[in-house]
Amino acid sequence: MADAAQTPLLRMRGISKAFPGVQALSKVNLTLFAGEVLALLGENGAGKSTLIKILGGAHQQDEGSIEIDGNLVRLNNPLKAQSAGIGIIYQEFNLVPGLTARENIFLGQEPSRVCFIPRAQEEEKSRELFARIGVEINPNTLCRDLTVAQQQIVEIAKALAQDARIIMMDEPTAALTSREVECLLTVVRELRSQGIGIIYISHRLDEIDAIADRVTVLRDGAHVTTRAKEDLERHEMIELMVGRSLDKEFPSHECQPGDVRLAVKNLSRGTKVRNVSFELRAGEIVGLTGLVGAGRTETARLIFGADKKDSGTVELDGKSIGATSPRDAIRCGICLLTEDRKSEGLVLGLAVQENFGLPSLHQFTHKGLINREQESDAFAKYVKQIKIKIANHEQSAATLSGGNQQKVVLAKWLQRNAEVIIFDEPTRGIDVGAKYEIYQLIHQLTDEGKAVLMISSELPEILGMSNRIIVMNEGRVTGEISDVTNATQEDIMKLATLREEMAA
Amino acid sequence: MKNLDTGKLLSDYGNVLVLLLLCVVISVVTLEEQSPRSTAAAENLAAIIVGDAGKDANILILVRRGEGQQEFANTLKNTLSKAGLNVTDTVVGTPADARAALGKQTEALDVIATDEHMAAFCLEQLPNLSKKYPTLANTTAYQPKKHLWPNFLKKENLLNVLKQISVVAIIAIGMTMVIITAGIDLSVGSLIAFSGVITALSIQQLSGGADPTTGHLVLGCAAGILVCALIGMGTGGLVTLFNIPAFIVTLGVMFIAKGLAFIFSQSAPIPIANEGFAWLGRGSDLMGLPNSVVLMLLLYGIAHVIMTHTSIGRYIYAVGGNPEAARLSGVPVKWVLVFVYTLCGLLAGLGGVMEASLHITGDPKSGTLVELQVIAAVVVGGTSLAGGQGKIFGTLVGALIIGVIRNGMNLTGVEAHMQSVVYGVVILIAVMVDQLKNRAQKTN
Repeated sequence: MADAAQTPLLRMRGISKAFPGVQALSKVNLTLFAGEVLALLGENGAGKSTLIKILGGAHQQDEGSIEIDGNLVRLNNPLKAQSAGIGIIYQEFNLVPGLTARENIFLGQEPSRVCFIPRAQEEEKSRELFARIGVEINPNTLCRDLTVAQQQIVEIAKALAQDARIIMMDEPTAALTSREVECLLTVVRELRSQGIGIIYISHRLDEIDAIADRVTVLRDGAHVTTRAKEDLERHEMIELMVGRSLDKEFPSHECQPGDVRLAVKNLSRGTKVRNVSFELRAGEIVGLTGLVGAGRTETARLIFGADKKDSGTVELDGKSIGATSPRDAIRCGICLLTEDRKSEGLVLGLAVQENFGLPSLHQFTHKGLINREQESDAFAKYVKQIKIKIANHEQSAATLSGGNQQKVVLAKWLQRNAEVIIFDEPTRGIDVGAKYEIYQLIHQLTDEGKAVLMISSELPEILGMSNRIIVMNEGRVTGEISDVTNATQEDIMKLATLREEMAA
Repeated sequence: MKNLDTGKLLSDYGNVLVLLLLCVVISVVTLEEQSPRSTAAAENLAAIIVGDAGKDANILILVRRGEGQQEFANTLKNTLSKAGLNVTDTVVGTPADARAALGKQTEALDVIATDEHMAAFCLEQLPNLSKKYPTLANTTAYQPKKHLWPNFLKKENLLNVLKQISVVAIIAIGMTMVIITAGIDLSVGSLIAFSGVITALSIQQLSGGADPTTGHLVLGCAAGILVCALIGMGTGGLVTLFNIPAFIVTLGVMFIAKGLAFIFSQSAPIPIANEGFAWLGRGSDLMGLPNSVVLMLLLYGIAHVIMTHTSIGRYIYAVGGNPEAARLSGVPVKWVLVFVYTLCGLLAGLGGVMEASLHITGDPKSGTLVELQVIAAVVVGGTSLAGGQGKIFGTLVGALIIGVIRNGMNLTGVEAHMQSVVYGVVILIAVMVDQLKNRAQKTN
């Protein structure tokens, strides 16, 4: 157990890291003792991932020092981190699906490049590792045949095989069922009893309650507090995570909701979206929030026809639309601004203007030929209005900064002039000034009688912008807040962390 | 900023530069003394003779038999006669004819006006003959002034290069679009054979054994092209509906089409009994340009407009660049893919008809390995196999580069196997340049 007199297993002091345009971490301290579980808490974008990547050797800190067992170390590449005894279990596993559990555990650690692999020896060692963790897995099963939970165990075994003494787990339970979560917690306790230091990242506060010894909270890249878990009430954790004042961040706006425009009924797809129903009214902004993996983006994709739904209906102005493709949905008047603009929002190799015109080419096409000048004029209007910083319209989209890319995506959909607009994290990666402009634009859309669904993980944004808030968790709608003016971030977080059993 | 622009210019038109450089190199290598045989050259020669020999001189015209030689001789004769000189005889024939003509001279012969071949004959034989025939004692032989000019840059040769690349270049249009969508089509070579066989068979069937009419020829060609377009559509369907990699689907289609071409033709070339069928492959109607070249240029113009000024063109780039983003932007990704494979099949069918027209036969053996030449033209033309990038005119330049290299090697007598090695090297260099370009773009 943690003891103040003991030399900490890991000590990070004054860690700062800046990316172009963002100060991801500023002077963060973190200590981890052998045989304890340290929970790392923070909103999305608080700097947790950056911290992990620095420990894993994927990024280097600009300032600050890292000590292991009191010795200063420089982790300038992943291999160094590995040999320093740091093991990271990422959200997306790094397993080769076509290799067996054993092969994955020893991948890259074969004794020599020319020798035969000592198969029996490896198998014996794998069994030992699994026994040590307390889970039984056949080392010769192909990884693709293992469940997600089992794959996670393989990842842990892999870290142990590399003599890891510090294990970091990034949202390890995001994809697990509640029973599997119990198993995992048992494994974590087992590792702790063997003297391994564990950094545990999760949004699920009941897990933190169940397992953490101490809690470190990050907010906006800064260290807020580190306390023993016993000293922290659950609502305090939430407050510390999100505590931020809202004044003047959002334009004020009056809204008179009109008729129902979009009605979603019993929408389902696998375990990601379960029986989701809600309505959008003309002139209304509905905020859809929840933790990462709550099924918000998946719901939006179902409405947009990007994925196939298992069941449920989507009605626009009282008429059922069976959008089976985004093209259908766009034609009906629904558009979706995707969260990940690089992989889903833009064709990076195309010019910005060409990206802009993609959904609206018919507007610029006369007698089969695109009128590029007309397209350029339309684009120029938005370049001015939302202040897109580009050298020229023919510049390839890949050369723009993230914020500007997002603005191009925004311009592209505004030009399409849809009736229902779904924004998925519209302001992610955008600086404060530009955010305000985007908020104003969204208000302008609702003034025109359009309905807006805004997905966001930023609670201040949700509270500041929405007329109504819908909260999801684990694929279900766990609550709706109609009285937004009197709602707090704590109210939302309570709904967002509501487990299945409690929601029922 | 300035640097970036030159970089972009180089990456967009770099292969034009390579083409020009190749042309210069090949021109230098094939530089040779040329002896002109045009009517203008004949007039020049006559003027020189008139100046040197003066009026009343006796002149014999000796020209070796050959294409255009009669005209050369006639021009010489007319010009000289008009100037008042006495043309004793005009011979267009063999050295034996020349010898006989020289022996028949009755008066003292002052000048022999010749072309380069007969000039060489005269240089060799005149000393001997003058001993035998006193009339030849004071005879001087004149030939047109020689000048240096590369064989490569002769008009016939350049047209030949264009004609030779026309089939590959036309199919490469479709291939460029397919490759821009990050696909590939290996079946085009087989479709050339298949289209030729189908065309020839259809013409046979339509004419029912009699000589086919022009109508039959047109319908037959349409059948060949249409069948290939349908096969292309099938390919596109398999690629989109079943998500099978294009490489595998088109590999299958390649074997099937080749096999069917042999089965339908019973492994023998099918002749087409109407010389008119050669119009497309051999004719040249517009300002001396071969018809196949005119067709090629026309199609490139159309394809360029499609790729740069229409929705489908924009969609093709978008699908190749990022299919998911394209789909979420409302691009009908599947239809775009079916379109490009259909078009590629259709153009391969057209290529087959052109090949058949060139040989007036539907030959199941034609088109072998042409798919690789087509892909080479596209890649050398700067289209990235990763998709999303490429220019139609780049492909034309690519086809020209390959055609020019082949022509240059033929002119300088490089043997076939060595030619193959050179092609390989050219393709590898092109792909390397493509990679370097991508890397440079990423670091920007």
